[in-house]
Amino acid sequence: MKFRLHRYNPETDAKPFMQDVELDIDPAGKMLLDALLAIKAQDETLSLRRSCREGVCGSDAVNVNGKNRLACITPLPELKEPIEVRPLPGLPVIRDLIVDMEPFYKQYRSIKPWLVNDAPEPEVERLQSPADRALLDGAYECILCACCTTSCPSFWWNPDTFVGPAGLLQAYRFIADSRDEATAARLDNLEDPYRLYRCRGIMSCVEACPKGLNPTAAIGRIKSLLVKRRV
Amino acid sequence: MKSTTGSHTGTGTWLVQRATALVLAVALPGLMIHFLAALPVDFSGWQALFLPLWVRVMLLLTMTALALHAWVGMRDIFMDYVHSTGARLAMYLTVIVILAGSVAWLAVIVFGGTQGSAA
Repeated sequence: MKFRLHRYNPETDAKPFMQDVELDIDPAGKMLLDALLAIKAQDETLSLRRSCREGVCGSDAVNVNGKNRLACITPLPELKEPIEVRPLPGLPVIRDLIVDMEPFYKQYRSIKPWLVNDAPEPEVERLQSPADRALLDGAYECILCACCTTSCPSFWWNPDTFVGPAGLLQAYRFIADSRDEATAARLDNLEDPYRLYRCRGIMSCVEACPKGLNPTAAIGRIKSLLVKRRV
Repeated sequence: MKSTTGSHTGTGTWLVQRATALVLAVALPGLMIHFLAALPVDFSGWQALFLPLWVRVMLLLTMTALALHAWVGMRDIFMDYVHSTGARLAMYLTVIVILAGSVAWLAVIVFGGTQGSAA
């Protein structure tokens, strides 16, 4: 199979370049990550992140033939050759397919991704009704792989001020949580032309999410809460 | 530099864009039908199309909605691509002058020019 891989070693290369690689592999039943690891076995200088190899850890997000996906759950037979693999767009490249995730994590931290509840701690646990728990479906499953945020043009132009789809989905996850008491402060934190309203609803994030989540819908719900609070 | 975001603004602008989009979705086809149905017309027929008060009010309302809608859109584009505050402010002001000027100009044309058409 033919591959085109983004290569960049800041210690030896002046500029990143695309490397053509031939790999003798039977694609049946294999994922892209298997191929990348087989290439790495031939050329150990190829650098990439991976861990769980089953779409749970979110560390092997790459841009494959123009689309952000997890290499470990992308079936090899369905990819058009040459398979072009690049690092996630919009983040600084450290080496080959590895990007600096700090701008992404910084926005994630900015929404305070933890439960805020000042009520005295109950003896056992803070209970939720099944209906309240159901509000978190579609929001808690995010694995922070950054596929969505790095496919969002608004994040490309304003990575320092726009929270991005992943961060906003997580913001909604805590706003919707019946056990969280900081809803007003969370909405205050987001009500900003840059932090929230850079989202223009083009749904690139929905298209990219390997877990099938819908950040645009969550952003819409945050907007309706802000509107309700205002009118 | 420390982040200075969280300004408690943006919801109003977003609402304005949504509301004006609704106005335009209804008013633009309505006006279009009113004018296209009358075609072809000579100059006096064309002027007669603008004589009913509702047409003139609709026209000015639509133009105002269009200007507000365009303002939010242009502001969004400048926020994305023009990162120097001074340049952005200058472009905001230019757009405001052009849009507000256009609305005022239309108001003069449809309401100020009635004596001319009567003559």
